[in-house]
Amino acid sequence: MIEALAQIGGALFDAPVTPLILTWLAFEVGRTVQRRCGGSALANPVLIAVMLIIPVLEACDVSYDTYLRGAGFIHFLLGPAAVALAVPIYDNRERIRETMGSLLAGVGAGATVACGSAVALAWWLGASGDVVRSIAPKSVTTPIAIGISEGIGGRPSMTVVFVIMTGIIAAMFSGRIFDWLGVRDWAARGIAAGVAGHGIATAQILSVNQNAGAFAGLSIGLTGLFTAVLLPVATHLLPLFMRVN
Amino acid sequence: MLQSFLVLLVCQAGGEAIHRLTGLPLSGPITGMVILLGVMIVRRGPSPELRNSSNALLAYLSLLFVPAAVGIMPHLALLRTQWLPVVIALLVSTFLGMATAGLVVQAMNRRFRMLQAPQAERPAVAQLEQVGGAGD
Repeated sequence: MIEALAQIGGALFDAPVTPLILTWLAFEVGRTVQRRCGGSALANPVLIAVMLIIPVLEACDVSYDTYLRGAGFIHFLLGPAAVALAVPIYDNRERIRETMGSLLAGVGAGATVACGSAVALAWWLGASGDVVRSIAPKSVTTPIAIGISEGIGGRPSMTVVFVIMTGIIAAMFSGRIFDWLGVRDWAARGIAAGVAGHGIATAQILSVNQNAGAFAGLSIGLTGLFTAVLLPVATHLLPLFMRVN
Repeated sequence: MLQSFLVLLVCQAGGEAIHRLTGLPLSGPITGMVILLGVMIVRRGPSPELRNSSNALLAYLSLLFVPAAVGIMPHLALLRTQWLPVVIALLVSTFLGMATAGLVVQAMNRRFRMLQAPQAERPAVAQLEQVGGAGD
């Protein structure tokens, strides 16, 4: 019975529309769960969707590549969505101009700490060399992170996993951390979310406060640029990467 | 609405072109964001249609990350062997990076406002800092 169901499921996945519907449905379930939890950031809809989708794919014996043939349509929309972030940024241009100095300082400090501590911790805890190199650009938005990972000898597909996990962690805990540290300034919250958690944390903070979302959107780009320049230089200077095999 | 979606795509294509021609470490979409920002500054704001389609797209921004997140599936075996260093490194570094950026920006903004605002205007400064918390 279950095997027959899995077979039917597998056949359904030959049509690209099935992964597309599965992705969207799982996400709507995630959003409903989040709403039922009083909008808590801990009930992250992306995480919930992934935990629903992977078991279905495994049960139907569908590979990630087959899944992506349909879900790729949703994935493609990430490009125009990043461009669309220009609208809230434009709306906040006056405040952004006023805060430019702190924005750049925050991005520089935050990106350096996020990247440096990730590499140091992974290395110290005994992760393998390619994991250490792949984890370095984990706070950077996916397309830029892939380029950085290739440049420093990491594994791009592994980097994508670390980038996504980082974004989900940031989206889940950013509000709590800011409250705990007394960071109440929405510009600071937005910038920090964008620096440490790229698009996923931006999506989360955008749903809470539009202005913070604009700052987050801007810091995604700046963090990407900063890390892309810093990391290749750092890997040449630091013998650390050579000692890790 | 679909017409202004085309505007977003054209900006992205322009960004991709610049990215490929110059080798700039910024991705096509991020460069496209800068292009659209430039266009809006020149044209003094987005058209209502452009605002609508970007709002619609950004309202579903989280959904757009799901296919990439499912990409964890082929790596589950690796994560099973090295999950401890990976999870600790990701958790701690994300907390540290977020805390550093947030505290630096807030401290610098405060100092900047104090330099700008004389004593009498302090209450206005307090108003700018709306308390976050509930909801996120």
